[in-house]
Amino acid sequence: MNNHSDITHTANTSKDTNKKTASVRTMDIVSKGLARRYKAEKRFRLYGLSAIILSMAFLSILFISIISNGYTAFQQTYVQLDFFLDPDTIDTQALHDANYHAMVKNSLRDMFPEVKTRSHKRKLYDMISTGAAYQLQDFVRKNQQMIGSVIQLWVPADDDVDMLMKGHIPRDVPETERRIKDIQLSWIDRLQEQGRLKKRFNTTFFTAGDSREPELAGILGAVTGSFYTLIVTLLLSFPVGVATAVYLEEFAPKNRWTDIIEVNINNLAAVPSIVYGLLGLAVFLNFFGLPRSVPLVGGFVLTLMTLPTIIIASRAALKSVPPSIREAALGVGASKTQMVVHHVLPLALPGMLTGTIIGMAQALGETAPLLMIGMVAFIVDIPGGITDPSTVLPVQIFLWADSPERAFLERTSAAIMVLLAFLVTMNAVAVFLRKKFERRW
Amino acid sequence: MKKVLIASLALIFTVGLGNGWAASRDYISIVGSSTVYPFATVVAENFGKSTKFKTPTIESTGSGGGFKLFAAGVGVEYPDITNASRRIKKSEFEKAVTNGVKEIVEVKIGYDGIVIANSKKAPLFKLSRKDIFLALAKDVPSGNVAGKTVPNPNKTWKDVNPSLPDIKIEVLGPPPTSGTRDAFVELAMEGGAKKFSWIKDLKKKDKKAYKALCHTIREDGAYIEAGENDNLIVQKLDANKDALGIFGFSFLDQNTDKLQGAIIDGVAPEFEAIADGSYPISRPLFFYVKKAHVGSIPGIKEFLAEFTSEKAWGDEGYLTDKGLIPMPEAEREKFRKAVENLTPLSASDL
Repeated sequence: MNNHSDITHTANTSKDTNKKTASVRTMDIVSKGLARRYKAEKRFRLYGLSAIILSMAFLSILFISIISNGYTAFQQTYVQLDFFLDPDTIDTQALHDANYHAMVKNSLRDMFPEVKTRSHKRKLYDMISTGAAYQLQDFVRKNQQMIGSVIQLWVPADDDVDMLMKGHIPRDVPETERRIKDIQLSWIDRLQEQGRLKKRFNTTFFTAGDSREPELAGILGAVTGSFYTLIVTLLLSFPVGVATAVYLEEFAPKNRWTDIIEVNINNLAAVPSIVYGLLGLAVFLNFFGLPRSVPLVGGFVLTLMTLPTIIIASRAALKSVPPSIREAALGVGASKTQMVVHHVLPLALPGMLTGTIIGMAQALGETAPLLMIGMVAFIVDIPGGITDPSTVLPVQIFLWADSPERAFLERTSAAIMVLLAFLVTMNAVAVFLRKKFERRW
Repeated sequence: MKKVLIASLALIFTVGLGNGWAASRDYISIVGSSTVYPFATVVAENFGKSTKFKTPTIESTGSGGGFKLFAAGVGVEYPDITNASRRIKKSEFEKAVTNGVKEIVEVKIGYDGIVIANSKKAPLFKLSRKDIFLALAKDVPSGNVAGKTVPNPNKTWKDVNPSLPDIKIEVLGPPPTSGTRDAFVELAMEGGAKKFSWIKDLKKKDKKAYKALCHTIREDGAYIEAGENDNLIVQKLDANKDALGIFGFSFLDQNTDKLQGAIIDGVAPEFEAIADGSYPISRPLFFYVKKAHVGSIPGIKEFLAEFTSEKAWGDEGYLTDKGLIPMPEAEREKFRKAVENLTPLSASDL
C-alpha cells in the first residue's frame, strides 16, 4: 500500500500541487488507520485460535473424563479358591450335571470355617461372582484328568467387591450405607493378606458377550455384531455407491432429471438417521419379513444411510480426475467403458475409498436407526453370522449406561474407549490412503 | 452398468429375502418394558448358561411398544414374550385376539417401588402424597373452594407444607413415554389429589377433567424431564443437593451411600415395606407369553420354569439381589400353577 501511494505521489508532483496534498492526506489516513487494522487483524486471528483452543479443551475434557472413568475397567478383582474335584460328585459321563455352584460354596466355607449363620453364609457367597461356577465347569471339561485332585483357580469376585477394591465404594461410611458390610470387609482384608485377592488384567472384557453381572460382561459380542453389520454395509454400499457415482458423472446426460437426482442425493445425506431406521422397519421387517435384531437388516439400514456419503465423495473423486485423461484415452480409441475402467476409476479410487471409510466410521457409531429394527437388545451369545441376533458397539454402550450396577459405569467408559480407538484407526487409515495415493494435477 | 446394478440388487434381494431362515428361530424373542428389562435379562442369562438352549434376546421397547409388537400376530417373526410394568389393557388384549393371538398367559413376577430420593448431603424429606400432588401438579386447588383451581403457585417445599424445608422445588423425573412416569402419576399424584374431597367427587362426575387435573405435571421448570436413563438422575442428584429425583427402587438400592429415599406417608422405601404393600408407590410387574409359540420355539417352557423358580423370584432369589420385590408365597404359587398349566387370560379377567 505504501509503495503504491509513493508512485502516485512522484508521478503527480510536477503537475498539480492540489493533488499532491490530497495524496498526502490519503497517506495520513492510511497510516492513521494502520494500527487499528493491525489490531483488527490480530483480533481476527485470535478468534480463530480461541475457537481451536476451546474445541481442544472440550475434546480433552471428554477424553480425560472417559479415560479416568474407564481405565479401571481393564482390571478386575479375582479371588483364588481351592477346589477339590471330588470324583464321587463329578461324573465324567455327565460333566454338565455336577453342582458346580455348590462346589464354589464348599470352597468358601472351607476357607472361612467360622462362618456359621445362614445370613453370614449368604454374605460370604455373595462375594464371589456367579460366573465362578461356570468357569469351574469349563475348567473341568477341559482338564478331565484333574478330577480327584485339588486345584487352585482365580475366579472373578462379585462386582461390589471389585468396586470396593477400586475405591468406588467408600469404606468410611456407616455400614447401612454401603453394599459391602463390615463382616465382608474383614473377609476381604483377610483374603488380601493371604494374597488370594488380586486385581488382574480383565480378559473377560474382551472375550465375553453381554451380561447382567458387570464382572462377566464383555464387548466381544457387540464388536462381532458391529463387524458383521459393517461387512454387510460395505459389500452393499461400496459397489452401489461407486456405480451410482460413475453413472452420474461419466454416462448420464446433464438434464433436469439428473439434476433432480443430484439434489435428492444431497438431501438424503442430511436426513436424520432414525428415519432410515423407520424405513428399515417398514420395508425389511414388515414387508419382507426379515428377522429382528440381525446384522443383515442392520447392514441394509446402514447402507441406506451411508450411500449418499459414498456417492458424494465418489463423485468428487471422479470430478477431480482431469478431462485430459479421458480425452487421451478416447483419442487413442478406447471405448467409454474402457476409459472409465482403465483410466478414470484407478485414479479416483483413493478418494472413493477415503469417502467409504469415513462413511463406514459414521455407520460404526450409529445407534438410532438400529433401535427400530430391534438391535438395541440384550444379547449374551456371540453372534456367529449375519442372521444371528446381535447388537453393536454403540448400542452396548447405551445399554450399559442405563444399568443400575455401579460397576457398569466404568465398563461404559471402557467400551467408549474401544469404540473411539476403532473410529480413530478408521479415520487414520482414510488420511493415510489420501496422503499416499491421491494425485494432484 | 445399470443392468448389472439392477441384476445384482435383484440377486441380493432374492437370495437374502427368501423365507428360508424365517421359518425357524431357535431362540426366544422377548420385548417390552424397560423396568422389567433388568430382571428378565438376569433370568435369560442364567437360563442360557444352565441349559442347552440359546440365550433369549431381550429388547427394551417400553410396555406399550412391547404389546404392539407382541399383539401383531402368531409366527416366528413375532416376539414370544412381552414384559410390562402395568397390566395389559383390554384394548390391547382385543387387538391381539383379532390378530390371531388368542391365548395369552399372564405372569406377575413381583413388585417395583418408585422412590423419591435426594442426596445424602441434604435433609431427609418426609412427604405425603398430598404434598407431592401440590408440589408437582400443573393446576392445584385454590383455597377451600370446590372446583376452583389455579396454576401451581408453589415455589418452595415450604409453600407446599410449612413443615418441609425452605428449598426450591426441583424434581428430576422420567418423561411421559416412561412406564415409571405413568405409575408415579397414577399412584402418587392421583393418590394425593384424592385427599381433596371435591376432586374425589369429580371422578364420578367428569372423569376426563379428573384425569387432567390429577395426571398433569407442571411445565414451569420445577419438574425436569431427565430422560429414561435413571443413572443420569442419580448422578445429577449427587451433584445438586437441592434436587429430588424419581426412579425405580433398584437404583436407590445400588446407591445407598449417595442417596436417601424420601419417607412417603410415613413409610420409608425399604425392601420389606414395598414387599408388604405398606409403601404407597409400588406397582406390579408382569410378563405375557404367547401360548401358541410354546412348543414351536424351543425352550419357552424351560424359560418359564426358570423365571418362576424359587431361586429366581423367591424371597432370597437372585432377582431380589437385582432389586425386585418378591410376591407373597401364596401369590407366587398361584402364578407358578398358571405357568405350569399355561392357563390363558380371558377378556373377562381384565
